Amino acid sequence: MKVEYKKKDKLLILKITEEIDHHSCEKIKKRADYEIEIHIPKKVVFDFSNVNFMDSSGIGMIIGRYKLAKMFGGEMELINVKPSIKKILEMSGILKLISIEETGGSEFEKCI
Amino acid sequence: MKNVYENEMKLEFLSKSSNESFARITVAAFASQLDPSLEEIADIKTAVSEAVTNCIIHGYEEKEGIIKIKCRLFANSIEIEISDNGKGIEDIEKARQVLYTSKSELERSGMGFTIMESFMDEVKVESVLGVGTKVTMKKMIKVSDGIEEMEVKL
Repeated sequence: MKVEYKKKDKLLILKITEEIDHHSCEKIKKRADYEIEIHIPKKVVFDFSNVNFMDSSGIGMIIGRYKLAKMFGGEMELINVKPSIKKILEMSGILKLISIEETGGSEFEKCI
Repeated sequence: MKNVYENEMKLEFLSKSSNESFARITVAAFASQLDPSLEEIADIKTAVSEAVTNCIIHGYEEKEGIIKIKCRLFANSIEIEISDNGKGIEDIEKARQVLYTSKSELERSGMGFTIMESFMDEVKVESVLGVGTKVTMKKMIKVSDGIEEMEVKL
């Protein structure tokens, strides 16, 4: 996972660079929690541009990190999500809480 | 004629989480013989990942055991059987419910069976307490666009 923190905007960008399943989730959870706890970001962005696969383990992972970010007063956003992963996110209902942003000229473009 | 399959493979591996990607990639590679679409392949990979993860987390409760996969290819469908000799499911109906999980402490979403049911055309669950669980899934694979286009041209 590649981590970037934009101090000025209190923006934490977590770029996941592997397939998300029960196996990889443990590692991703630990690292993400650590980064959220030390930075207390206003916004956590998960960048999915390098994620080609995710199963339901990823849903649990995202909800857990969302709760943590929220506890510190932050929000969450998912970017560059591929259609096959979006299908699972839609099914789970978590898109009612967490938004998917299509990138393009936004503040994140410059960051990532 | 209905039960005549054209190809078959069997796979056996330890219930280690590092084998989850091995299992789904292997099944997807075998299924590719039917020339499925990218979406169909993604559906198969996800369903296999869910079933294998269930064997590891619930069947064997993260202890060592053996997971078996049997795949059969038919003319326009694939049948995938994933089984363990783990602890079994007490209440299958409950386990299949959306968002139900017996392991909420692990941040499980309870979506496993729901995903298998919506991504595959048929999902059958058989389980005996203390003996194991077998999930049989079937997916229809549409005949590829290439052939249809050729027919139109002719």
